[in-house]
Amino acid sequence: MTRHPTAGLVDRSVPVGFRFDGQEYRGYRGDTLASALLANGVRQVGTSVRLGRPRGIYSAGSEEPTGVVQIEEPFPEPMLTATTVELHDGLVASGLSGRGRLATTPDPARYDAVYAHTDVLVVGGGPAGVAAAEAAARTGARVILADEHPVAAGPTGVRLLARTTVVGYYDDNYLVAVQRRTNHLGAAAPPHVARERLWRIRAGRVVLATGAHERPIAFAGNDRPGVMLAGAARTYLHRYGVLAGRRAVVFTTNDSAYAAARELAGAGVEIAEIVDTRQGQAVVGVEGDTGVSTVEVAPLAGGATRRYDADLLLVSGGWNPVLHLYSQAGGRLRFDEELGRFVPDGCRQAVSFVLDESLPGSTFFVVPAEDYRTHFVDLQRDVTVADVLDATGAGLRSVEHVKRYTTAGTAHDQGKTSGVLTSAAVRQALGGHALGLTTFRPPYTPVSFATLAGRDRGRCFDPVRVTAIHDWHVAHGALFENVGQWQRARYYPVAAEDMPAAVRRECRAAREGVALMDASTLGKIEVQGADAAAFLDRLYTNVLSSLRPGAIRYGVLCHADGMLFDDGTVARLAEDRFLLTTTTGNAAAVLEWLEEWLQTEWPHLRAYCTSVTEQWATVALVGPRSRDVLRSLAPDLAVDAAAFPFMTWRDSTVAGLAARVCRISFSGELAYEINVPWWYGTALWEAVYAAGQPFGITPYGTETMHVLRAEKGYPIVGQDTDGTVTPHDLGMAWVVSKKKPDFVGKRSFSRVDTSRPDRRHLVGLLPDDRTTLLPEGAHLIATRDVPPPPVPALGHVTSSYPSAALGRTFALALVKGGRDRIGQRLYAPLGDRVVPVTVAGPVLYDPEGARRDG
Amino acid sequence: MLLIRCPWCGPRDEAEYHYGGQAHVAYPEDPSALTDEEWARYLFVRANPEGPFTERWCHTAGCRRWFTVVRDTRTNEILAVSR
Amino acid sequence: MTEVLWRNPEPKRRYQTVIVGGGGHGLATAYYLARNHGITDVAVLERGWLGGGNMARNTTIIRSNYLWDASAGIYEHALKLWEGLEEDLGHEILFSQRGVLNLAHSPQDVRDGVRRVYANQLAGIDAQWLDPAQARQVCPILNVSPDVRYPVMGASYQPRAGIARHDHVAWGFARAADTLGVDLVQHCEVTGIDVHNGRVTGLRTTRGDIAAERVALCAAGHSSVLGAMVGLDLPIQSHPLQALVSELLEPVHPTVVMSNAVHVYVSQAHKGELVMGAGIDTYNSYSQRGAPHVIERQMSAALELFPVFARAHVLRTWGGIVDVTPDASPIVGLTPVENLFLNCGWGTGGFKATPGVGWCYAHTVARGEPHPLNAPFTLDRFVTGALVDEHGAAAVAH
Repeated sequence: MTRHPTAGLVDRSVPVGFRFDGQEYRGYRGDTLASALLANGVRQVGTSVRLGRPRGIYSAGSEEPTGVVQIEEPFPEPMLTATTVELHDGLVASGLSGRGRLATTPDPARYDAVYAHTDVLVVGGGPAGVAAAEAAARTGARVILADEHPVAAGPTGVRLLARTTVVGYYDDNYLVAVQRRTNHLGAAAPPHVARERLWRIRAGRVVLATGAHERPIAFAGNDRPGVMLAGAARTYLHRYGVLAGRRAVVFTTNDSAYAAARELAGAGVEIAEIVDTRQGQAVVGVEGDTGVSTVEVAPLAGGATRRYDADLLLVSGGWNPVLHLYSQAGGRLRFDEELGRFVPDGCRQAVSFVLDESLPGSTFFVVPAEDYRTHFVDLQRDVTVADVLDATGAGLRSVEHVKRYTTAGTAHDQGKTSGVLTSAAVRQALGGHALGLTTFRPPYTPVSFATLAGRDRGRCFDPVRVTAIHDWHVAHGALFENVGQWQRARYYPVAAEDMPAAVRRECRAAREGVALMDASTLGKIEVQGADAAAFLDRLYTNVLSSLRPGAIRYGVLCHADGMLFDDGTVARLAEDRFLLTTTTGNAAAVLEWLEEWLQTEWPHLRAYCTSVTEQWATVALVGPRSRDVLRSLAPDLAVDAAAFPFMTWRDSTVAGLAARVCRISFSGELAYEINVPWWYGTALWEAVYAAGQPFGITPYGTETMHVLRAEKGYPIVGQDTDGTVTPHDLGMAWVVSKKKPDFVGKRSFSRVDTSRPDRRHLVGLLPDDRTTLLPEGAHLIATRDVPPPPVPALGHVTSSYPSAALGRTFALALVKGGRDRIGQRLYAPLGDRVVPVTVAGPVLYDPEGARRDG
Repeated sequence: MLLIRCPWCGPRDEAEYHYGGQAHVAYPEDPSALTDEEWARYLFVRANPEGPFTERWCHTAGCRRWFTVVRDTRTNEILAVSR
Repeated sequence: MTEVLWRNPEPKRRYQTVIVGGGGHGLATAYYLARNHGITDVAVLERGWLGGGNMARNTTIIRSNYLWDASAGIYEHALKLWEGLEEDLGHEILFSQRGVLNLAHSPQDVRDGVRRVYANQLAGIDAQWLDPAQARQVCPILNVSPDVRYPVMGASYQPRAGIARHDHVAWGFARAADTLGVDLVQHCEVTGIDVHNGRVTGLRTTRGDIAAERVALCAAGHSSVLGAMVGLDLPIQSHPLQALVSELLEPVHPTVVMSNAVHVYVSQAHKGELVMGAGIDTYNSYSQRGAPHVIERQMSAALELFPVFARAHVLRTWGGIVDVTPDASPIVGLTPVENLFLNCGWGTGGFKATPGVGWCYAHTVARGEPHPLNAPFTLDRFVTGALVDEHGAAAVAH
């Protein structure tokens, strides 16, 4: 044991048992895994990734390049630095050779995130940070002080975030910090407390009191366990009461290591020699298999080598201010040759950096030698000065190139101790120019994926939207599909039905009797105002201003490039009031589209848009018997064809509920859509369902809806269109006004490519074999024999179904010049077979519309 | 995470807004009078400067209103906000 | 003795052809100009360090399973070149054909994916459709459980797709071009383009004026800035695109997985780090920095698909500048200025196209007319409306 009898802040009344590499050890509460390993005399923690050389503990903080461990218990976590793992009972860890292992079981921990707004954020709870926080708090400012260590208490009036590392500094003083809340508790961690919490902090001003990292020196064998940064040895003594060795050589380029030598000597460590480059001396070699046993010292100018027995070699190459966050903020860094360190050199954000003047820099980096193959600059990635020379020898001049060529600075520590040394080695190789530095990027220390993901997983990954009638669908065995964020009933299997059987049954009900569907998810937007009609005329391709109150018209919206992007019905509720429906997935996009034009192009128009999607629950009542069902539910409503014709709407009372009934059809059958306030959705649905029982009313889902509409050739935006399709391509020239001087998209129709006669048109396809179902997405070619690739395709299948009503399978497809190919035979190569099909018009069922209009 | 000052609601996180690209690209007075080249320019060509850029944002998760921001695309610094 | 990758010559005052931009595309173009067309009086001007832009910042995915014939043509040409590139360049590029899965999360995703597979098969591209169980056989850590917010409903699979080591690719092309006599000039920023009588004559640079008979722009996110120097307004917007890398991990992820719907693309690189890309930040920027919520969203989506990644760590995030066109397809070809050529707008597709575009662009520059494979990617398509809309097939829905 090398525990000092009294020194340190660890709680010696609470011993802690842990296991490392299969061995049981004991430490104290307050230890890190690194301090406990050192106290137990463990020198080698792992081996290096490329060369397999032994690696020990090199530092005492998050800059640690070598002491990388795999946590095995309480839950596997790869690649943590032993210097930042707080010791707890039951901790099981093992050393690594630079590569970690992921758990194979799900992570049971919780994670969360909070937002904080503060006037001042101080990063770093050392004396400078505490002073800055205190001073700011005295002015009445809201102050957050974040420190990565387990600090017990902060200054009065300051919100202290202990065990919290600020990892990212983004635009406009937005910072992200990770708070480790239960890691130090091990198995005793309460399961309901988030293991780690992400803090999203917007700060008026940021004070970086992040201190400095000590720099190593590049010399032969500088990677041996037992070589340690001098300041780290002080930390092990003062914070943990651990002596990092018994007999030490101190190798320094600056004054700071003398304090380490003095204090360690005072604690009983024998100081064999202090080697100071400023006195022309340097360490030129280290011996020892798994750790330092002998240190070789020689004059820099050349001369005899002296050898010292030692188990510890303390190194100080000067100090680098921890400028990572400053650089992330967009701050410039400049290497001050006089000070021998980088200094902050201006940042557009409201940030200040507290430079610790007591920690000197240095411009001594590499001990000259013949052979640089064990002069390590990056201890984790096994990069030596020789590797850097290889890179510059290959013609590389930029530090970025050298870094990528050698992989220096790319390990878990992101070059905290190696960055400046690498740059210096490059400068030494190339001579002259300024010390280059790569840009610092978030995060400052590694952050687990789960912490960043927080609670936005599973059902919380994206909001789930359900209709007012959702529970009924669930209770009646519906299977659902995601349509945007909505869950829509896809079909309602009875007994052991598969989807085709259920859809066949549902279709038959809609075509022959009566069926009902929850259509509440369709987007609904009210447009009101004196200029509402004029406004809609500018956006929809057809004329809507001529619509009479009480009437409904189908309309499509195109982007300015002429490509169709949504469709729906437009009902005129009053002279100055319209109700638009949109596709389920596009409701938000359509509202934004309307508002964008209204606000940014035509602000003079008196029109106002409101989303009412979730104000209304909508039940589609479909089929030849739908009128009978409606009549029984709405005795006050004249439902005969003359009084309530197709494409009109009526306000009425349905099942005792105030309702708006629209006579529209997406199935080609006689149909109504009954709208009631959302709250009454289930009441309406159940009433319709009950009233339909005598007619065998059947609930149907989106799959049946798709079949019904496809039999009628009605396209679904996003399925039969893909953002490259115009209304003309769909055969819907009738919905494009020729009278209006302009509407959005009109000008694009006359472009060379958009007016080609051989664009892809929506057509029907009938497989020669009436039972063959074409896969949606299948491509079409002109010949039965498939020529060698590349084969130009004539089009592709957008929708394909078996149809009970047609007694066969059929498909919709976008086909080059399709309307001129009606009656032609095309072929769909499907890998192992080729399916012949005949091109047809898109409307295959009731082309006259007699059923719908009846 | 930009902090954008909505002229109506005050400063809010970027995530509350929808980006609208270059500002002040007016819909042509009479599209039918334009050549295909001129129309294509309206449809597809937008300024893309490295430096101050006058752009549109919409406070989608707030007041839903569009406004104009001048932002330096080199640093993301917001130089001006106007209605 | 270390092999020299390239000389670092002083720029001459005149070249037959000058390529502006020393990224993958610029270097590949220089190489193929020399190799295929014998044109070696060529300089590549790079304002920073070679391969230091998007070439150094992408997620190294290589695939050719694009939707439209035009895209499939040039990306498949690239993939065929990738397959022989190590030998051709005589330089290790760590090209690993481990396949790519493009996941579908909704019935419409499935339709779109199947459509792309059939299109690819006609184009001669090795695409196939997998159901969730088959996808899991390709990638055993993929979560295909139906109990997630957007379950995996299937995937397209291209076995010949893969990854390569981006730096090695840049250096391989640089070394090969240098060997053939091309001057690679770093830290040389173009400040002006000289045009006389509608014809390009040379460049102003921070290292002096350089005369050139032909100038080939290859500047990705900075193309608009260069275009503006000759009054060429491009349908290009420059956006940040972020990516990240984890620590080295023992092998868990044998392929490449992309999910358009939830914005994840991930592979495990040769040494063991997970390399992941995020969605595009919404606003124009040249800052090479993005916002953290984009990364957080990306991690949520990644853990939906790969629960085992929970305690992997993000070591480093960074941003590139992607040059996005209205149809998510590139612009490669002639410009209204004689002898000034344009290659830009590759968005998220630039890396995988590197050898293919280098080959075709070199042809375009050498012959003064487009190679058949880049002929569809003219500037003119925005006038006629003959767009090549690849929003569905580009990695990120932008």
